[in-house]
Amino acid sequence: MAEEIKKMKVTIDNITVEVPQGTTILQAARMIGGDVVPPAMCYYTKLQGSGGKCRTCLVEVSKGSEADPRPMPKLVASCRTGVMDGMEVKNITSPKVLDARNGVVEFLLLNHPLDCPICDQAGECHLQDLGYEHGKEATRYEFKRRTFEKHDLGPYIQLHMTRCILCYRCVYTADQVSNKRVHGILSRGDHAEIATYIEKSLDNDFIGNVIDVCPVGALTDKTFRFKNRVWFTKPVNAHRECKCCSGKVTLWQRGEEVLRVTARKDQWGEVEDWICNECRFEKKKVSDWVIEGPTHVSRHSVISQGHYEKLNRPTETFSKVHDGRKPKLLMDIHSVSEVNDPSIDLSAINGPATGKVFEQSKKQA
Amino acid sequence: MMVKFSEHKMKEVEAIIARYPTGKHKSALIPILHLAQEEFGGWLSAESMDYVASILSIASIEVYEVATFYSMFNLNPVGKHVLEVCQTGPCMLQGSDDIIAYIKSKLGIAVGETTADGMFTLKTVECLGACGYAPMMQMGMHYKEHLTPSKVDEIIAHCYNHK
Amino acid sequence: MARKLLLEKAHVEGIRHFDVYRREGGYASVEKALKMDPASIVEEVKKSGLRGRGGAGFATGLKWSFLAKPEGVPRYLVCNADESEPGTFKDRFLMEFIPHLLIEGLIVSSFALGSNSTYIYIRGEYAWIVGILEQAIAEAKQNGFLGKNILGAGFDLEIYVQRGAGAYICGEETALIESLEGKRGNPRIKPPFPAIKGLWDCPTVVNNVETLAAVVPIINMGGEEYAKIGVGRSTGTKLISACGNINKPGVYEMDMTISVEEFIYSDEYCGGIANGKKLKACIPGGSSVPILPANLLLKTAKGETRYMNYESLSDGGFASGSMMGSGGFIVLDEDQCVVRHTLTLARFYRHESCGQCSPCREGTGWMEKILQKIENGKGVSSDIDLLWDIQRKIEGNTICPLGDAAAWPVAAAIRHFRDEFEWHVNNPSLCLTQNYGLAHYADELSVVA
Repeated sequence: MAEEIKKMKVTIDNITVEVPQGTTILQAARMIGGDVVPPAMCYYTKLQGSGGKCRTCLVEVSKGSEADPRPMPKLVASCRTGVMDGMEVKNITSPKVLDARNGVVEFLLLNHPLDCPICDQAGECHLQDLGYEHGKEATRYEFKRRTFEKHDLGPYIQLHMTRCILCYRCVYTADQVSNKRVHGILSRGDHAEIATYIEKSLDNDFIGNVIDVCPVGALTDKTFRFKNRVWFTKPVNAHRECKCCSGKVTLWQRGEEVLRVTARKDQWGEVEDWICNECRFEKKKVSDWVIEGPTHVSRHSVISQGHYEKLNRPTETFSKVHDGRKPKLLMDIHSVSEVNDPSIDLSAINGPATGKVFEQSKKQA
Repeated sequence: MMVKFSEHKMKEVEAIIARYPTGKHKSALIPILHLAQEEFGGWLSAESMDYVASILSIASIEVYEVATFYSMFNLNPVGKHVLEVCQTGPCMLQGSDDIIAYIKSKLGIAVGETTADGMFTLKTVECLGACGYAPMMQMGMHYKEHLTPSKVDEIIAHCYNHK
Repeated sequence: MARKLLLEKAHVEGIRHFDVYRREGGYASVEKALKMDPASIVEEVKKSGLRGRGGAGFATGLKWSFLAKPEGVPRYLVCNADESEPGTFKDRFLMEFIPHLLIEGLIVSSFALGSNSTYIYIRGEYAWIVGILEQAIAEAKQNGFLGKNILGAGFDLEIYVQRGAGAYICGEETALIESLEGKRGNPRIKPPFPAIKGLWDCPTVVNNVETLAAVVPIINMGGEEYAKIGVGRSTGTKLISACGNINKPGVYEMDMTISVEEFIYSDEYCGGIANGKKLKACIPGGSSVPILPANLLLKTAKGETRYMNYESLSDGGFASGSMMGSGGFIVLDEDQCVVRHTLTLARFYRHESCGQCSPCREGTGWMEKILQKIENGKGVSSDIDLLWDIQRKIEGNTICPLGDAAAWPVAAAIRHFRDEFEWHVNNPSLCLTQNYGLAHYADELSVVA
């Protein structure tokens, strides 16, 4: 007889949800969704052992459980703390949490080069989002930012160590998804870095996934490097028959050109299916793929600008909504301004429509 | 330099590995790295680290990760004697800054450098647990405590006399 | 009172060797313990009120009782000899001069906890002590106190010494376990605690050298007798390693009833401030605990005498008290600069941060840079407030206590010596050539009602 999994009630920012035993606070918050979900920079559902390091997901446990209602003395990492029955958690309702998170974001950005204008990750960077939501408008750090010796990781993967926040996700990915790890975290403290120690390229079958798990622009796709800004590209879901992986990907297109191939990601920015290097780096023709349709992009993302998933023609007209009443015209712009005078055929004007054009047309009239 | 443990040293390596339950031989990594550093010129070259990885059948990167974490492993060649002077609070109270300055001027090297004759490397380190006997430094296996300029002179002279 | 339970025989000629140690009554606790039920040994330790001597001061018996005991899974005892807290050198003294006491404590504790392989993780720099301990282990084994079927009681035990390689963080128990597994010393995220999942994922107890040595007198005299020594929840004796500007730096054992004033000025202990200088400040429990100015050190904010024990040293909380910590007693005389001293500690924590979590990795370096700036006479007044804010954002937000340990010294220095920081800021050229000095720190404290 299969043992029944115990359900536990947890309240996060005054919203109660019932979750199976063993669920973390972060996962429970994700079940609720919306603003109560703590940001996570290092935790990754599919990577065992990840989480707990970046400290952005810290929350306050104001009641430990029904059995032991004492609050937890320190803020806890929600990604690595399991829920207890009757637990009460404060995320955005806790000034302590917001203050600590503000500090963590400042620490994460302390030595970050803020080179977003030349960073390929810009537009889909979790640190950018985090900074936007929780950061300060200016840095209080006045010292030279940390730099590292450059390491070449081979033909596919570009490493920018200065942007790295040491989330360890790429290390776990190499361990758990690819068949060989040649890179790791070297040195310690503020000198810790991702490197191979002696120059080696990262080239085994699934290693490209480190690009997708990287929350910042530390590991980017060399074949996409400086090709385009991600918000100018059009993501579409596509698939192909692949011997190594599921072959389910997102193509990032500009016109008919496939600029980049990535794994598909869920609403938390986590990879749905790991993809192989062949699919990612070698298949850059539309004819390699069966296109399924536009990828869903959150409307909060900068990538959603100019991205139409499907055209929805409104089924109701205005007058229908207003019980047959015609819309009331409050002011006819043409009665007070000559701009876009309906009598002027703009398409007939040769060149830009400037004030002079209108003056002329007025004289003619 | 040939990177290979002698038969005698290999016995020592095997004894270290035998301390741990089967399958937990990675635990032997740090003790073996100490041995490798002693045997192969006082520092760990990539070659030495790859050799240690092959002994333990682990990936080279696992060795690099560990060797770069711990401050006692030298990742670059060092002099015959490494002078590691403590500079943390309690030693500072007893004048470790003056001792460091004295060694610098006596040997004509900066912190982190090695003398031209390859005899001495000067390093500054953090607390070595000899706060009551400050100022102090570590030289190889041993501590030199209650340092004064004249004691430093003696130590350096002793090294030259017993080359 | 200068009661000695651990170091009483430390100066007996040849005590490092088994024969002498045995002749002086050594290993009696093993003979006694192996006839006891392991659970009743844990009970004795609980009764003794022994608190962890590594710094946190957690009740040892309670920690032992948390150890999970699943069927068919080995359990481990690990001795934490990674003594690296600035100001602390007591474990070194104990291991160097009376190594058999630790081995004896380890045998009894291993039996109580059911560990058949026990590891001593010693800091890599104590290289010569490894040999001393291994010699003691070999002697104990020759005499039937280690190995198979010890004293015919059916208990097997091997003790191994593992050398670290230079990392303060490995004194944190989960980092120590990681290091013992041959990995980088990154502390683990808790829970699970080592008592459930420790070394090689097996239930594990990690205890400090002095804690494990204290098990010997506890078994010999009984937990209740041991608990009668000392005062309140500060039972038994404690080793204090005294250093800094005093006449007699060294390791002292005492029961926890003497006053701080007596400890500093009596000839039995520190012998007063060196060179006839005045006492300015003191860090009573290793670099991580708050520094106290002389007036708050000798007397609590209520004007009561402060004693060398857990409760009295922490009287007043962080506002006006400090902590017993690891017993690393660092004394600063009137000529010392608090800013400079704090800077060396900030540098220490930056150097020793493992770099795993962001507040500690980034915050420790930032604090060091600002302190360096102030010390160099380049600071501005807002730097002091910034320092305060940084330490506040590190404290409590990190994976392991190193974050707190890095934040507290900076916080306490600003809390009690803010005018010295401001003097640095306001006298940029003067602060390069002279020190702020004693000022009013040694003044009598007005009694807080």
